[in-house]
Formats: sequence, C-alpha cells, structure tokens
Amino acid sequence: MPLVELRNVSKVYHLGGEEIRALDDVTLDIETAEFISIIGPSGSGKSTLMHILGCLDSPSQGTILLDGVMIHNASSRELAAIRNRKIGFVFQFFNLLPKLNVLQNVELPMIYSGVGGKVRHERAMHALEQVGMANRAKHRPSQLSGGQQQRTAIARALVNNPRIIFADEPTGNLDSHTGEAILQLFRNLSQEGRTIILVTHDPEIAAVTPRRIEIRDGKVAEKVDIKLAGLDRAPIPTAGDITSLPDACR
Amino acid sequence: MRAAEEIRHTRAQFGIVLVAGLREIWAHKFRSLLTMLGIILGVSSLVAMSALVAGMEKGAKEALVAIGGLEKIRVESQELPPDQRHLTDQAVGITINDVYALAKNSTLVTRLSPEMRLPATLSANGKTFRPWLCNGVWPVALEMSEHVIAHGRMINDIDDEMARNVCVIGTATRDQLWGSPEEIGREIIPVGETVYINGMPFVVVGLFQHYESEQDRKERLARELAPPEAPGGGVARDRGRRFGGRRGNFVFHLKNSTVYLPLNTVWMKFRSGLSFSGLGSSFQSVGGAGGATGDPRLSTLEMRIAGVEVLTEALQQVRNVLMSTHKGIEDFSFRTQEDWAEQINVFIRNARLSGVLIAGISLLVGGIGIMNIMLASISERVREIGIRKSVGASGADVFVQILVESVVIAVFGGIAGLAASFGLVQLLASVSPTENAPIVQASSLLIAFGFSALVGVLAGVFPAIKAARLNPIQALRYE
Repeated sequence: MPLVELRNVSKVYHLGGEEIRALDDVTLDIETAEFISIIGPSGSGKSTLMHILGCLDSPSQGTILLDGVMIHNASSRELAAIRNRKIGFVFQFFNLLPKLNVLQNVELPMIYSGVGGKVRHERAMHALEQVGMANRAKHRPSQLSGGQQQRTAIARALVNNPRIIFADEPTGNLDSHTGEAILQLFRNLSQEGRTIILVTHDPEIAAVTPRRIEIRDGKVAEKVDIKLAGLDRAPIPTAGDITSLPDACR
Repeated sequence: MRAAEEIRHTRAQFGIVLVAGLREIWAHKFRSLLTMLGIILGVSSLVAMSALVAGMEKGAKEALVAIGGLEKIRVESQELPPDQRHLTDQAVGITINDVYALAKNSTLVTRLSPEMRLPATLSANGKTFRPWLCNGVWPVALEMSEHVIAHGRMINDIDDEMARNVCVIGTATRDQLWGSPEEIGREIIPVGETVYINGMPFVVVGLFQHYESEQDRKERLARELAPPEAPGGGVARDRGRRFGGRRGNFVFHLKNSTVYLPLNTVWMKFRSGLSFSGLGSSFQSVGGAGGATGDPRLSTLEMRIAGVEVLTEALQQVRNVLMSTHKGIEDFSFRTQEDWAEQINVFIRNARLSGVLIAGISLLVGGIGIMNIMLASISERVREIGIRKSVGASGADVFVQILVESVVIAVFGGIAGLAASFGLVQLLASVSPTENAPIVQASSLLIAFGFSALVGVLAGVFPAIKAARLNPIQALRYE
C-alpha cells in the first residue's frame, strides 16, 4: 500500500463569485522513502497540493489516504495531530520562533505531542546532531546564518520522526553554495529512507529528485528520472517519453 | 483502513504553556505592567471600599447598641396637625400623667423613663461646661439608656422623692471640669464633689463609665501599654489624642457628656419659677404655662417595649393611651431606633453599592485593557501562531496559550492589587471622616482576587478564540 493515495482530489476556491480550480482531479500515489519534487510556476497549484498533502488544508472533493488514514474529511483537530506526528515542514523563510533558542525551537513539535522534558531534550539534541547544529543549541535564530537556520528548521521537521517531510522552496532564501549544502542534506536524509517532498519552481533544484510531479493549472504531469531513480538498468513500463526527459526539465 | 479519529491529539502540558505565557509577559515587561495596572486599581479599590464600608457598618452598629438598641421608643412633643391647630391652647404636652397612664394600661411597654431636659451650665473647680444632655430622670434611665455606673451610685427613688440636689455625671463632664486622666496623669473620681448647675449646688453621687468605640478603646489601651517615649514624641502624641478625642464618634461623645438629675429636682428647683439663678427666666418663658405652678411638661418620654417583633402593636397601644390622656389632641410623635437602624442600613447599602460600582468599573476597564493588549499581541504574533499550528498545535492549544497569558496578567495584577489594597486602606483610614477604621475582610480579599481571575478569563476568551481560528496557511504567509 502506498504511503499517500490521492484519488480525484480537487480544490476549488471562490473568489468574488469566480470559481478557481486550484487542483483539478488529481490522482497520485506516493510510496514510502520516495524523494519527490513538486514543480510548477507560481499559481499552478503546487502550494495547494502541498497544503493538502501536508494536512494544512482539506480538499473540496476526492479522497486522501495518508499512512492508511483517511484525512480528506478529518477535523482541524485531527489534522493538527497528523501534522504533529506524521509530517514535518521546512519553509523558505525558515519560520523559527525568534524568542526561542535553537533547542527550544526543535523541541516545539514535541511539546504538542506531550513528550516529557528529558526525552524531549535528548531527541532534540539527536536531531540537531543529524543536521550538524548541536553546537549551536543555545543560540537564538537571529544569531544564525540562513543555512544554519534552515538546518535548525530541518531538525525541527525531523524530530517527531514523521512519515513525510515537506520542503517548500527550502533553498529559495539561501545563496547557491548554502542551498547546495541543504539539498545535499535532503539527499542524505532520503538515502536514510525518509520520504521527502520538495516543492519548488526551479527545475534545477527539481533535478536532484528521481521523481518529479509537474503541475500546471491544477493538473498533474509526472516525470521520472530513470538515472536518478536507479532504474536505468532495467526497462520501466511507465511514462512513454522518458528518454527526452532531461530536456523537458529545462 | 483506519479512521482519522484514531489519532488522538495530546494536549500540550500545562506547565510548558504556563512558562511560555510567563516568558511572553516578561518579554513585554512595561506593557504587561501597564495592562496590570487596571486590574491592580480594580482589586485594591474593591478591597478598600469593602473594608471602609465594613468599618462604617461596625461603628454604626456599636453606636446603635450604645444608645439603647432597637426596643427603645421615644415619645416627643410635636406641633399639632393643621386640622387641630385651633386646639393649641388645650394641648397639655407630655406629662408625668402620661407615664402613669402608660404604666397602667400599656402591657407591651416594659419600662418607662420620663425625661425633663434642662439647658444647663455646670461649674466647679473654677471651670464651666455645657453638657449635651442634662436631664431630670427616674433611676430607670440608667438601664434605659444603657448607662453603667463606674463609681458611686445612680440617683435613686428617694433622691427623686425628696427632690435632692444630687447628680450623676459622665467622663466628658469630669474631663472638662476636673481634667482628663490623660492630661493630669491620674483619674479623678469626683464623687462627693459639689458642682453648680445653673448656679445651684449639686452633689455628684455617681460617675458613668467612659464610653468609647471598640476602635478607640484599642487605641487607648495600646497607648497605655506603650512605654513612654522621648518627650517630643510624647507631646505630639498627646495632641493627636486630644484632636482625635474631640472629633470622636459623636454618639459616644454625647453619651459621655450626659448629666442626670432626679426628675422631681428639675421640676421643682428649675421649673417652679422659684429659680435662684438669673438664668431661670430664660427657660421659664419657653414653657407658656410657667408661673408658680411650674411647667410640668416632660421633654421626652422614653420607653422600652417587650420586643422588636411587637413594635407596631406597642406603638398603637401607646398611641391609644396617649390619645385618651391628651383628649384626642395629637401633640406627640414617636421616634423609634428602627428609623435610625433603617437609615444606617440604607446608608451602608448605598455605600456598598457605590463601592462595588466603582471597583466593578475599574475591573471592567482593567479587563478591557487586557483584551486590548491581547488582541494587539496576537495580531503581532500571527506568524508565530501559524508556525505553532504547522508543527501540530491544535486550535485548543493556541486557545489555551492565549488564555493563560491573559489570566496570568490578571492574576498577577490581582496579587499586586491585594498588596496595594493594604496601602490604600491605610490611606483611606487617614483621610476618612469617621473614626471607624476600615476593616479588611478575608472574604473581600478572596472575592476581589476571584474577580480578577474571572476578568482575566473573560478578557482572554475573545482574543484566544480569534487566535485559535487563524488559518495556518494564511498565518504562515502573514508578514
């Protein structure tokens, strides 16, 4: 069974009497340990898709199964619990709480899952070690560089051991060198078996993931990079235009 | 396939939420302090007002007991009603005959005390004094007006029968004529001394005890127990005492300056027209019936009835008897302490109401201040709320967080307000016109504190709901 199953999901907004279909009949499966990018220009619906997959929003139509749990009609309270346990977010603007230090920021998700003080501290320190930030645990976000802040945010996303990590333009606010290091960190996490979904408008960044979900006007067009997916040694039955893929990404 | 309900949300631990709230308040120290100020004022004014009212109530009740309680009725002479004006020359006034008639016929009256007031000037020891009350009375007046003899004896029936020149005085008269114990360092007991009342010599046979409010008594005892200080301090203290004594509770002062003479003595020696004193003519002219027969009218007739519960019946009974002896001329009126007690109660109720109103308004204003600051606080923390929601805070978590901040501000304000209230009570005590020191009651402290917490909750609910309902997606995009 796939980790995420989207079936005929649509999201409709009503703006001043006008109907906007941000997502139009999307059907999608995501397997455990996949490294996926969702790519599309702004206004394409990629943010809406991420919000729905990330339990920040509910679809207008369709069904979603996340880790075997139906979430398309869950209450906001249940969505909060799912976000807390099964989903980690990394944002473009890091979104750390400026009044808390690095350690307290990383502990934040565990506060809402009721983890006791000592375990919370240990797990937060462990997550900070994974991203190489353990030595900055007592620093405030304002005392850190952009890359360090993003590492902290990644540690926060990891700390509750979620099933999926969403990264929304994670390198968008970083210089290319730091951005590369952050992408490398995601690549490492992927190799450790984590499910990671990168949301970006930049095809160059999307090129690091084996599977790319391209969104245009709320509809999905999928492409799989055989080489990155490690499938180049065997024929694959999916998508017919694989060979022309690298060019298509540009 | 599992349903979403299987994932139970765990509420964030309260201790952590509390710490977060405290941190938030500490981060805006000055703002929080200003916000608390409203609650501080509200709580302290609530406590101080109720303390003030409690003090007044106690003082008033003491005074009520001091003048004889609720069972006492006074009959006073009164101008005739308009439809009986033409009978004015036939009105006899309240006389000793009424007393005998009432004693015989009014079963509900247990005690009768006729009083004949004498405008008097007392002189002795080279000093003069005009007491508030100089009355010719029967011995029963002692119990009637709740007097206690401290030294000597009350005037008795034989004094009255023989119209002897004897009197019983209170401490105020003693203090004025011979000096107070505070001034001369020892207590003078003038029993056996001669005092001239309107020029006529009287022997003092008794001295009432010193009447004072509970508050005055405590202060006096404290003063007596305190070791003598440096001379300068002692003088200042003494002056403070005399000043305090003079403006002291009026009822007690009145009682202390009472002089009792036998009723017959007043009638025969002062109202018979055979006065030895030049002053005689001035009050003879008051009673139109003067002359050799004297003025037999009593100034008041006090009586005690069997109980407060039969007050109406007793009044009717007395009225019937008096209407008969006065030949239907209504030249008397009743005055009950109940009127006065009622007045006290109305006054206390009004004072309490206005106090509660003032305190309530300040608490309301304090609450509005908290709500205002919480609304400002959440609108500058929209992004923080978005972040918290994105990592799994539910609406309830955010609600509790905002509510806790609001309640913490209010509770801190409440505690500070309780502390401030003691200062405010001291301040009020020093400027308040009555001698009745404010009494801080534990119950009022508790109520004030409870209200401050309640205000915190009420003020926090709306901002907390607003914060809890924020859409996480929009909150995260908020700049």
